[in-house]
Parts: sequence; C-alpha cells; structure tokens
Amino acid sequence: MRYLPKSPSERREMLDAIGARSVADLFQSVPEALRLQGPLNLPGPMSETELVQYFRARASENSTGYTSFLGAGVYNHIRSVVTDTILLRGEFLTSYTPYQAEISQGTLQAIFEFQTLMCQLTGQEVANASMYDGSTAMTEAVLMAERLTGRQRILVARSVHPEYREVLATYARNLGLQIEEVGFARSGQIDASALAGALDAQTAAVVVQSPNFFGVLEPLPKIAELARGSEALLVTTIAEGVSLGLVKPPVDADIVAMEAQSLGLPPSYGGPYAGVIATREKYVRQMPGRLAGQTTDNRGRRGFCLTLATREQHIRREKATSNICTNQALCALAAAVHLCLLGKEGLREMAAQNVAKAQFALAELERIPGVRRVFTGPVFNEFTVQFPRSVRLINADLLREKIIGPLPLGRSYPELTKCGLVCVTETTTRAEIERLAASVRTALLQPV
Amino acid sequence: MSDRIKKAARHTSQNEDLIFLKSAPGKRGLELPPLDVPPADVNAALGAHARDEVAGFPEVSEIEVIRHFTRLSTWNYAIDLGMYPLGSCTMKYNPRVNEFVARLDGLATEHPYQPQELSRGCLNILLTLQQCLLEITGMDAATLQPAAGAQGELTGLLMIRACLAARGNPRKKVLIPDSAHGTNPATAVIAGYEVENIRSDSRGQLDVEHLKQIVHDDVAALMVTNPSTLGTFEPRIAEIADLLHQRGALLYMDGANMNALAGVARPGDFGVDVMHLNLHKTFSTPHGGGGPGAGPVLVKKHLEPFLPVPVVVEKNGQVALDFNRPQSIGRVRAFVGNFGVLLRALAYTLAYGPGIRQATEDAVVNANYIRKKLEDVYELPYASPSLHEVVFSDALQKKFGVNTMDIAKRLIDYGFHPYTTAFPLIVPGALMIEPTESESKEECDLFVDAMRSIAEEAATQPELVKTAPHTTRVGRLDEVTAARKPILRWKPKLTSSTAG
Amino acid sequence: MYPSDLRYTKEHEWVRLQGGVATVGITDYAQHELGDVVYVELPKVGAKLTAGQSLGTVESVKAVSEIYSPVAGEVTEVNSTLGPNPETINKDPHGSAWLIKLKVNDPGAVSGLMDAATYQAFVSEKEKDASA
Repeated sequence: MRYLPKSPSERREMLDAIGARSVADLFQSVPEALRLQGPLNLPGPMSETELVQYFRARASENSTGYTSFLGAGVYNHIRSVVTDTILLRGEFLTSYTPYQAEISQGTLQAIFEFQTLMCQLTGQEVANASMYDGSTAMTEAVLMAERLTGRQRILVARSVHPEYREVLATYARNLGLQIEEVGFARSGQIDASALAGALDAQTAAVVVQSPNFFGVLEPLPKIAELARGSEALLVTTIAEGVSLGLVKPPVDADIVAMEAQSLGLPPSYGGPYAGVIATREKYVRQMPGRLAGQTTDNRGRRGFCLTLATREQHIRREKATSNICTNQALCALAAAVHLCLLGKEGLREMAAQNVAKAQFALAELERIPGVRRVFTGPVFNEFTVQFPRSVRLINADLLREKIIGPLPLGRSYPELTKCGLVCVTETTTRAEIERLAASVRTALLQPV
Repeated sequence: MSDRIKKAARHTSQNEDLIFLKSAPGKRGLELPPLDVPPADVNAALGAHARDEVAGFPEVSEIEVIRHFTRLSTWNYAIDLGMYPLGSCTMKYNPRVNEFVARLDGLATEHPYQPQELSRGCLNILLTLQQCLLEITGMDAATLQPAAGAQGELTGLLMIRACLAARGNPRKKVLIPDSAHGTNPATAVIAGYEVENIRSDSRGQLDVEHLKQIVHDDVAALMVTNPSTLGTFEPRIAEIADLLHQRGALLYMDGANMNALAGVARPGDFGVDVMHLNLHKTFSTPHGGGGPGAGPVLVKKHLEPFLPVPVVVEKNGQVALDFNRPQSIGRVRAFVGNFGVLLRALAYTLAYGPGIRQATEDAVVNANYIRKKLEDVYELPYASPSLHEVVFSDALQKKFGVNTMDIAKRLIDYGFHPYTTAFPLIVPGALMIEPTESESKEECDLFVDAMRSIAEEAATQPELVKTAPHTTRVGRLDEVTAARKPILRWKPKLTSSTAG
Repeated sequence: MYPSDLRYTKEHEWVRLQGGVATVGITDYAQHELGDVVYVELPKVGAKLTAGQSLGTVESVKAVSEIYSPVAGEVTEVNSTLGPNPETINKDPHGSAWLIKLKVNDPGAVSGLMDAATYQAFVSEKEKDASA
C-alpha cells in the first residue's frame, strides 16, 4: 500500500526486535472476543487514478453549469490560485499546532498577521486565531458576554441568520441562558423600540448581524447606545466579510464574531470555513481560541508563540473559557494570503463591484411587474425581494433555465411568504443578471 | 556533536519581517476583471454606513506575497519533512490526492443551500463516508456535522443528556478519568454536567472497583478513551459498559486513539453508546498548523433520534438530507459540516478499503519497536502492553536535572518534532510517543538513535540538553513576557508628528 | 525559612493577623510550583468570603492555581501592584506580594491554621514524595 513505507522483510525484522512471532501477538491485550476475525466490509482499495475518477464522477452529479444567486452566509468570490499555492506547501499543510514555537515560526507569524488583518478590518483591538465558523464564533461571543457581565439574558435579532440562531439555542439550553428574539422593522433592521423595551438589568448582550440575513445593514451606533443604557454588551456578527471593504467597521460592538469564508475560502458545500472573534483588549482573557503573541527568544531575537494558553482546555480543563482545541488554522492562513493579495485597494474595489452589481440586479428585478424590494434599509450585496407568487414555483422554472434562484424565506420567516433572498457578487456577470430577470419575467407569465 | 546527529535539518534563516512592513501605496497582488454594470454611487447606496479606507491594510504585489509566505513556511517543521512522534495526535501522512479531489470543480464550488437534486454528488460523498465510519466503528447512526473532536464530544454529551431526559432524568454528573485529554472535562461543563474524576489503578487502567463505588443514579455517563492515553487497551471495557448500562448510565468513547483499533476491533462491539472520531488524526486529513478538522459522532440506535439536524439518509435509493427530526438536539454549527475535510477522509478510506487493518498493524508495530528499543534508557511507568503509542517518564533523567521538556527541545536538534510532553497528567514528566504507520523502519531507527543519544547527553552533558534547541532559527521563546504583556497584533509606529 | 509570624494552610496560602485584619498571600512553595507568575485575578473590595472559598487565581504560563481564603471575612484591600508586576509573587511571596486584606469575622479562626514549623514539615513531606 503506497502510504505504508515498510517492506515485508522490514516488518519481520521489527517484529523480531520486539520479540513477537507475529503482529497478532501485539494485539493480545485486546480481548479475543472483541478481535475482528475477518476484513471489514468497505469499498476499495482504490489507486490514485481510481480515486480521481470516483470524485470526478461525484463532481459531475452536482450543479456545474448552473448560475447561482445564493448567499445567505456563504459567498462566491474571486480567489487567486496563489492562495492554494501557499496552502499546498507541505510546511503549512502538514504542520501541527504551533505548540513548539521554535519550529513553528512560519505558522505563528502568519497567525499574528491574520490577527492583525482581522483587527484592521473590524476596527477592534484584538482578534483570535480562528474558531470553527461564524455560527460557533457568535455562540462563543455570547458565552463571553455572559462571563463578562455575570448576566443570563440574551436578546437576539430575528434578522440574524436562522442557522446561527439555532446553534446558539443548542448551546444555550444547557447553560441556563435565556434567549429572547427581537423582531425587525420595515427597514429590515432590528426593531429599535422593541429592543429598547426588552432591555433590562438582566441582559448580558444584544446580538445582531450586519449585513443581516436579509442583506440589510444594521445601525450599530444606535443599537450600541441602547445596549449601553442597560450595561449590556453588543455582539455583532458578520457573515459577509467583503462588506468591510466599504462598510464602516463595527467599532461600537464590544465583541465581533465574524465568518471569514468570503475572504478567500471556497463554498465547499458548507465547510471548512473560519470563524473569528475580535474584541477590546480589556476582554482578552475571556476570549476563547488560540492567540499568537509577539515575544523575544533567549538571544533577544523577535519571535512568536501561542500565548494566554491558561484560558484554554488543555490547562484550565473544566474551568476553560471554551472546549475548543483544533481550530481552522489553515483556513485562517488562506484568508490572510487572500487579503494580502487583494490589499487595501483590491478589497475596496471588490466591495464596490458587489454594491454595483447588487444595485443593478435590484433595478432589473424591480422593473418586473409585481416584483418589489421588501426592506428600505441599505444593502451590500444581498437583498430581499417579494414576488407575486411562491418563490419555490418560480425557482422550479428557473432551474429549467439552469439558474439557481433566490433563497425562499417563507420557511424561516412565515410572515415573509413569497419573499426571496438574492445575492450577487463580483463573480456574477451582467449577462447572468439580465438572464435572471428575463427568466423571472417569463416564469411569472406562466399560469400557476 | 555533529557526527552524533545523523538527521539534522537546519532551519532556514531568512529574515522575513511582517507583511505590513513591505506595504506601499499603489501595489496590488490581485486584480479584478472590469465592472460590466454601471458603477455604484457608494454614498447613495450606503449613506452613513460608508467606510474610509481600511487603515494599515497591506498593499503588496503578487510576488511579494509568494515570497513572504514561502519564506515563512520554511521556518516550519511538517510531516512532509519528518516524523512527529506526538502521542494521541496521530500525525500520519496527508495524501496529496486528497487535496486534488477536494479542489475539483463541482465539489469545492458547491453552495450548501443549492437544491438537493443538484447536490447528489456531495450528498453521496457524505453518505458513503458515513457508511464507512459506521462499518469501522460498529455503530448504528452518525452525524458528520461537528467541526472537530471537541465539538464532537459536546454533541455526544448533549445527545446523552437528551436521551436520559427522554427517559425521565438527565442526571447531573459525568465521570472522567484522570488520564483524559483536557477537552473532556471542558466539554462536560459546557454540556451542563458536573465533572467527577475517576482514578486510574496501578497499571494505569480504569479503577473498576472505584467505578463501581461512584456510579450512582446521578451519573449520566463515563467518558473513556480506549486505548487510554497511555496507549493501552482497557481490558475490562465490556464489563465497564455493562456496569454503566445496568445503572442507567451511558458510555462515551473519545475516539482520538482509533488508530490502534481500525480494522482490528470495533467500539460498537464493546458497549460504547456514543463516540466521536477525529478525522484529522486517524483519517489523515491535514492538520494545517492547527486545523481544520472534523469530529463526526457515531451512536447506537437508542441515541439516533437525538442526532443533530439535518441527518444524511438514504430514501428510496436516493441520498437526501432529513430535516424532520423532532427529538434532535438541534444544530451544533451552520450548514452540513466541514465538507472539504469529510471528503478527504473518504478519499483516505477508499484508498485503503478493507486493507485499513494494515495501517493499524503497522502503527502498533512501530510503537512497540520504539518501546523495545528505548525501555532500557527511559523509565516505563506502566508495564501494560502498548498498542499504537507508548508513554515513558523522565524519572531516570531527572536526577541529572534534565526533564521531559528539555529532552523534547533537544530532540529538535536531531531533526524531529518533539513528542507530547507532560501529558497524560497521571505520569509526572511524561514522554508520550506515537509514531503512526507512516514512519519507515529507517525513520524509527533514526528516532531511537536520537533518543538514546539524548539520554546519554542527559547523564554526561546535561547543560547541552537543558539549553536546547541550538540549531533552530529562534531559541526558547520568552513565554512569560508574552503572557504578562501580550502583544497580539502589529500596529503602525507613531511618527513624531502623531505622537503625544 | 517560613516566617514565624504567619499561619499557613494546606493549600499553601499564608495569613498575617493584625488587629481584626488578615493579610493573605501564597507561600514560597506555591510560587515555586507555579513558576513565573504572569497574571493574578483578585476579588473586588467589599466581597464577602467564607473560609475555603475561592478568592481568585494566580497564573503562570502553564498552570492556573485557585487561591482559597483561609478564613471568613470581607475584603478591605486588594494589592493593585500585582497587575502591572505579577513577578513580585515570585520575588517576595511572603511580603510585598500579599494578595488581599480581610476584615475577619472570627480572629480565633486563624490560630487553627498551621504554624511555621508545622507548615515547613508539611512541605518537606511533599517534596520528599515528589522526588520519590
């Protein structure tokens, strides 16, 4: 087997050195009744050629050839091949967690740069070296707010991604946290008066997303002011990081939980992605996840090491800030490389293209009789549109045109029937947007 | 010194500063195709939400990015360079074909919300992996959602809680061996349980008599790692499972050490109710400097209703996602899981097929070979047989003032990554060594050579060992100052006009 | 070696009682076990503690030690020099690295703790066990 570097004679030599007659001798400590007598019933073995054939076949059973207008937390953006060139270097790909700092300076400096980039993007003072994804980063941010305030009540905007809210609910159930939802206004933003009414002295945090699930930007300074009035913390979630190229960073948030997928990671059917927590320096000891810190070695040379490890599971055990161990380091590296390639102007230009395409798409769609924009608040690259009939029916027609249409919102938001979420990025061409509009128009002319 | 070191890898000494210091206005590394729609009026579109520039963001060219990160990479050790003898980490070869197939158009490009009928390829990958993992572990149902082992542990414990609650009483405590990995107690607390420690006996195995005394009806589960973190199989595991079940408790297995069992024995056969696997350990997906991983959870039938939603199922010969799970514990993360990692694990499994047993056997041979070759120079705290990993202690070297951390650092000078130091906690001054099946006899011999040489150095030149490493780009780092006065990001220097 | 005007606990805290006020710190043995101290977490002034209750933590790079109040009382003062200079705990554990001052509920409770000679013997036993 090509992954096993021992010849039969070497195995024999090693068994002799051990003093075993056969490999079976080495498994005597496994009770006989538990030892498998025959081989497992598994597909394979496959040579490299067969593996490639197998996965190419699976790839052909997916959506190649279709144009997609899906966003909703996962965004299709331009990626450079340079990113994979770096990621595929064996020294990055096949290296371990940088606990032994002397031989992990590559990883550690890259993480330090990643942490810096995240601070620059979000306007916060410190950022960690990645959590699993945006949904768990948001959950961990809420748990952080609970630890910092000693309070148990969490107010979450309904305009936060439904799956993110589901994840929070799963974790909160066993930790005695009280999650309450706050509705949205006509603007698509959080209902400020409902929020004001809900805040009290037991509130640990207010949680919003911006741009939110409907694509609308939340008025963070105003929300922060309301939260502060009750000494609650503001947790802001960001699922579309490219927005930070043109949208004001969430400096009013106490804790930012960001999903970094749109900053250099492919959609890859849901993962792996990379969550980030960024916050104020004074909260750093309550922050979960690994942190790379700058220091010097025994000869005064600058180097980097993992630091503040006492927050983590391998030391604190049951008193840890989180149970996270393995994170998403390689994904964070991908984001760091991608952002360095894009740079200040590139990110801004990418963001500007997204806004331009979204405005164009919105205009095209609103020209169709019966189709209208739902929310009045400002949007980045996603927006909510209402149609004269069920989005599912329209999508069925669109699929025949090889278009994956808007995400229907009715299931997650019963009051938003016949509404769909449309996402366009710099990768969506003008022709594709025009074709979407034309196909919707045609679909609406069909009898129901 | 140099003729003793047979396999030294000098670390390159490129002096590469932070990328921000190479930055200059006007440089770009990635250009975009021109806009084909009218440019947006940003202020009209965003109003008060519009941002100034991202201050301090780098502006560099493509070649500078390539050089910068390439140079950084040369400062790292990696599996591609040599062995990582890290106990319970299973640092095996990351097959390169897995990277190729994960990046295929039609796989890397798919959106988790696209229609299921346009995702059959992805869903088939998930279903096939699931079936393989169930076959390997002898369990009945699975979730591929958890992003890592720790998250898998949490998922498992939440399912235990849900199952016991459905029976009338979720109970209060989880029992955890004193030899367990730190994620175990941390996870139990997040799942809302109290932790009670259970002792290991004089052979480093679970003290079954102690267990009998403490499994009351307030105990929800025992979290066990098998083989244990000492690398030894728990001989009474079936009996332990029975005991727990009789008293209404469940058995959770941390599957971190599955590399000793795949193809040889199945946790489902010895009474495990729920377990997780670390795909970035046993199933070869790359560590990438710390992640991503995946921690699928496998359960017996009675826990199936509580699996996170959605579940990958086969319905009428067609693979689909099942969202109709009324007793589910909910979601533990957005979307279906770390698909890219799951895909790589499937590629690994398919490469071996039923021959996966050979990998397990080679891993156990390597560990026992190393044990045999070092047991006369390092103390073996427990005589119990080792499977895929062996734990020594620094007791023999301590008398020269040399401890496990020093030995580990000196091993770096010999061209290896250190083994796991100071864990498990039940062995003071532990040296935890897991070679994996990816190491050749030659590599194992070089490792043995290095360790024997260091043992001799500890006795004759202890200072050399205590001040190691000597050949790395940086020496031992001041972790104390890093913790006292953390510097966690780069900041531009203030110029004299802005200071004060 | 261990000051005779202090009393000691099994968890390696020391107490100095003056009037109704107890000064609390950790012993030389404790700081040696921990290694270089990087961070100290202390209670707020006014906090009410029971005997044996955790009053905070002392952290090194690799370990965190919970500190337990030797006696019951109310916190009147907290040593704010330890924030910027946690290394004081390593340099002068029995003196300037005191952690908190407590107004004790029952001054008699302190006499129940170990005296210097008893603590010295206790610590010597521990050191013997560790090297065995």
